[in-house]
Amino acid sequence: MSATYLLDLLYLIASLTFVVGLKMLSHPDTARRGNQVAAVGMGLAVMGTLLFHPSADRDLGDVRTFKLLLLYAALAIGGMIGWLAAYRVKMTSMPQMVSLFNGLGGGCAALLAVAELKLQYDGAGHDPISTGAMILVLFTMFFGSVSFTGSMLAYAKLEDMVKDSAITLPRHSVINMILLAGILGLIGYITWGAGENGMMWGLILFGIALVYGFMFVAPIGGADMPVVISVLNSFTGLTAAAAGIIYDNLVMLVGGILVGASGSILTILMCKAMNRSIMNVLVGSFGGGGAAGAGKAAGDQTIKEVSISDAAVLLNYSGSVVIVPGYGLAVAQAQKICKELDELLESNGVEVKYAIHPVAGRMPGHMNVLLAEADVPYPKLFDLEEANDIISKSDVVIVVGANDVVNPAAKDDPSSPIYGMPVLEVWEAKNVIVMKRSMKSGYAGIENELFFHARTKMLFGDAKDTLQKLVSEVKSL
Amino acid sequence: MEVFFSFLHENLLLIYLLAFSILLGIEVISKVPAVLHTPLMSGANAIHGVVLVGAIIVLFNARADDYLSLVLGFVAVVFGTLNVVGGFAVTDRMLEMFKKKKK
Repeated sequence: MSATYLLDLLYLIASLTFVVGLKMLSHPDTARRGNQVAAVGMGLAVMGTLLFHPSADRDLGDVRTFKLLLLYAALAIGGMIGWLAAYRVKMTSMPQMVSLFNGLGGGCAALLAVAELKLQYDGAGHDPISTGAMILVLFTMFFGSVSFTGSMLAYAKLEDMVKDSAITLPRHSVINMILLAGILGLIGYITWGAGENGMMWGLILFGIALVYGFMFVAPIGGADMPVVISVLNSFTGLTAAAAGIIYDNLVMLVGGILVGASGSILTILMCKAMNRSIMNVLVGSFGGGGAAGAGKAAGDQTIKEVSISDAAVLLNYSGSVVIVPGYGLAVAQAQKICKELDELLESNGVEVKYAIHPVAGRMPGHMNVLLAEADVPYPKLFDLEEANDIISKSDVVIVVGANDVVNPAAKDDPSSPIYGMPVLEVWEAKNVIVMKRSMKSGYAGIENELFFHARTKMLFGDAKDTLQKLVSEVKSL
Repeated sequence: MEVFFSFLHENLLLIYLLAFSILLGIEVISKVPAVLHTPLMSGANAIHGVVLVGAIIVLFNARADDYLSLVLGFVAVVFGTLNVVGGFAVTDRMLEMFKKKKK
């Protein structure tokens, strides 16, 4: 008896740590502590469940030992792989990793729902659940599965393992609507009409939901992947909450709802940063069909290349330099050498600042994380509005592997798919140096007029290489 | 209508909890600087790993001869643990860098 009371107390403490942890996570000074607080709470909730949950004493003797062995083996395997993966992954691959872990959480919830459904149709004297609980089980199965396959595809996309165009079908959105209607119909049928065959239909629902998760993410362009991950993150939160109601478990309910709500807000914040609505991101197929929209007359324009030594001179003798980092910086792992160039220029009396677009990279804040890794101080980073002021007064802007976030088409080409998105107006600076691997278009798959701009000079090559050469060139001046 | 009101009445505390948790989630997040968006998403991601608790209960509840449920529970616990451990560890790694810089 008292064990259950103790469990209640542990769950209460855990729920509070989630709230406090999230709050602390939203401030730079306390963020790390906040994460640790939530982790401790999670540890308490899991330990408490293992030791004190009433169902832990369900079986006696061998059966109990066997199940405990199974349980601890699963915990050890998951914990070890999770730990290793988290500590092996490069900083640049963080977004993929978050997506992967999120998908596994969704998968966990979906499997719970399958197990719960099976219990229903076992005919082993289990009390039939209410209609409401049945809907929750199916809801958990649906959202969990979508989160699972959706996150896996998002992971593959961010790892560049799949091309957007290869997995988009003709009439993709129509097919998706049909799938969604089918899923809703099935949920209704299983709840009210399927009777004895509910388990079979439940498995069919499970299968279709897995396919739908894949189809849901397939047409969404790479540039929108952060938004998708955030949406899937809140989906998983909601499934955790639904499962919490099914198991009458308050810590799951509170944790799930918190993530569901905060994930939704985060999604909205991200969409705002791109000046688009969520519907526009999720339904409008950005990377697929829209790509042809803005390919205007790229062929007959010329670009100007600049040599390393000219670029070095230009940088060294200017008064103020603004660095605009993008995904190219992340891919090349060039954040440290970027900081080195920054220090070198500063010591020669050049003022160096960074302009951070909120969706530069593959996730909001991606660039901040990278630059933090290289010890670039906070006060040197400026976000969109401040940055545009600074840029217009600066002598040189270096664009390091950014593309869509510095595309003038967002301001003056209404036919462009990114029209209306706030961008860094680098062309307002006196000189622009664009570091790029090749003339390939950016992640959104659209042309960039900036490269043909009168003030733009191109510096081709891997970002790390080029920066390295620039550093040694500036040193020798 | 009567069904609705009786449902409301019976689950009043639960509905209060839901409503307040949603508002709390929104309130806690809405003033976060862009710098912290990625770590925050990652931290929230780790917190929904609390489904692991449900997975443990499933495994406890499965009968010893019910292999399907045992397998389901086992895989669910592996997934859930990955979500929790990996999620918190990745977030900690990201935030570690923010801290170092303050010296």
